[in-house]
Amino acid sequence: MLTWLIEPLQYSFIVRALLAAMVVGVVGSVFGTYVILRGMAFFGDALAHTILPGVVVAFLFGWPLAVGALAMGLLTALGIGALSSQGMMKEDTAIGVIFAGAFALGVAMLSATGNYTVDLAHFLFGNLLGVSTADLWVTAVLGAFVLLAILLFYKEFLVISFDPALATTLRLPANFLRYLLLALIAVTIVVSLQVVGIALMMAMLVTPAAAASLLTRRLPSMMAIAAVIGTLSSVTGLYASYYLDIASGPAIVLVATAVFVLVFLFAPGRGIMWRKA
Amino acid sequence: MSNLVAKIIPRHVTHQPASPTLQLDDVFVAYAEGAQGVTSARSAQFALEAVSFQVKAGERIAVVGPNGAGKSTLFKLIVGALKPSRGSVNVYGHGPSGHICIAYVPQRSQIDWSFPVTVEDVVMMGRVGQIGLFHWPRRRDWELVRNSLARVNAARLAKKQIGELSGGQQQRVFIARALAQEAELLLMDEPLAGLDVPNQEKIFEILDALRPDGVTVLVATHDLDLAAARFDRIMLLNKKIVAFDVATAVLEPRNLLQAYGGHMHVLGNSDILLTDECCDHYEERQG
Repeated sequence: MLTWLIEPLQYSFIVRALLAAMVVGVVGSVFGTYVILRGMAFFGDALAHTILPGVVVAFLFGWPLAVGALAMGLLTALGIGALSSQGMMKEDTAIGVIFAGAFALGVAMLSATGNYTVDLAHFLFGNLLGVSTADLWVTAVLGAFVLLAILLFYKEFLVISFDPALATTLRLPANFLRYLLLALIAVTIVVSLQVVGIALMMAMLVTPAAAASLLTRRLPSMMAIAAVIGTLSSVTGLYASYYLDIASGPAIVLVATAVFVLVFLFAPGRGIMWRKA
Repeated sequence: MSNLVAKIIPRHVTHQPASPTLQLDDVFVAYAEGAQGVTSARSAQFALEAVSFQVKAGERIAVVGPNGAGKSTLFKLIVGALKPSRGSVNVYGHGPSGHICIAYVPQRSQIDWSFPVTVEDVVMMGRVGQIGLFHWPRRRDWELVRNSLARVNAARLAKKQIGELSGGQQQRVFIARALAQEAELLLMDEPLAGLDVPNQEKIFEILDALRPDGVTVLVATHDLDLAAARFDRIMLLNKKIVAFDVATAVLEPRNLLQAYGGHMHVLGNSDILLTDECCDHYEERQG
């Protein structure tokens, strides 16, 4: 058993992958509680797709992918926020337009270059085993930034998520907080980019948090449980990827999904199996 | 930089003791104000027209009127969520946006009761303004939360998830949140709707206990009987203030007919039948 666990760790690229996946398991899941409480899942999914042109530009110029992703992510997060606050159209309509357009631009740019399919697959589904030491640092620093922001603005984020009218009477800087949350979701997506990729991003943001929401009724414990589920999914998924020879990003997502299904069925007092009884 | 900080972190104003608790002067609110910028001077439709009144500290006011009369709009103005198109709103001599002493108790249907917070979490939210950015609740904040819950007779509910509460308990917890906020002006949107008489009575007992502290209470309600029996004055609203006085002076057939129009039928000896559909689903949703 022990050798079974240790064997993959002799490869340094697997150790880097494991660390990166664990960071994403924690950061994505903790921030994911806000994503599900505030109903930002569609926004997050769209944002993940709109960063593709930024990633491709960074890739073509040989910059760190996170730089392009972060620039594009922050730009579109704030842009969508501003566009929908104008009241000219519904938010999901504005998101839909930008989402598809930006994604198409990214794919088109990539298709003009050499190794189109392989690169696109890496961006879409992650390239966990290709995480470099520099990538790992970027992931860790940005991840720490997200967690720090959640800690610093914990009570304010709680108020604007639960009762925006209270935020008004308490004179909280609601617009600043709203844009900060949009920026944080962009950063979280950048952190997760190499681990699960654009297309599976939502799983890291939503699935562990959704499972945790069925297990607890308080936000701090929901964040803690989501982080545990996210981390376990990352580690288990990576080992599954190694021994079953399947792609690592999808393996992690499948484990997280399996955990969610188990919780959905058997959560004490709230799972499906309990309701029938 | 300091400009930016000032923009993000609000400053709170001090009260002018000589000023009335609440004063509105000739307030107009146009529909869809702010949504699309100025809609020129084409015959604007107003949600509120020429509203002027004063409320003294410690008064308990019932705001009544048909659906769409502008009750929610009025409350949004007073809490500072909405700016008047014309006229002025003052709380203790200042515009509402500098105050953190104004508490708003929303209709119960506007709250997500499955949200992962306990009763004491919700009450602590009332302290977030005073605690300030980058600080955590201190011992005094927890004491205030406990005292507030005790004052609404809900101390034993502190650790419960909010979804486990009954309607009356939910209402009392939100009053406790207003107490934790140290509110001096309390606005409540249909707090009595859907509650049975004993639970309504508990709410009034709590409001009675607030009176010595000078807490001013405005309650939007559809219940004219309760408005007449349990409030100092009644504001009868239908875009304009139809009447604002003690119950006997306000609840006259002439006033009611003007406020409720087609929803009202005067039967013989000025017995009145109001056919007013209640509350949540039909309340004005603008803004």
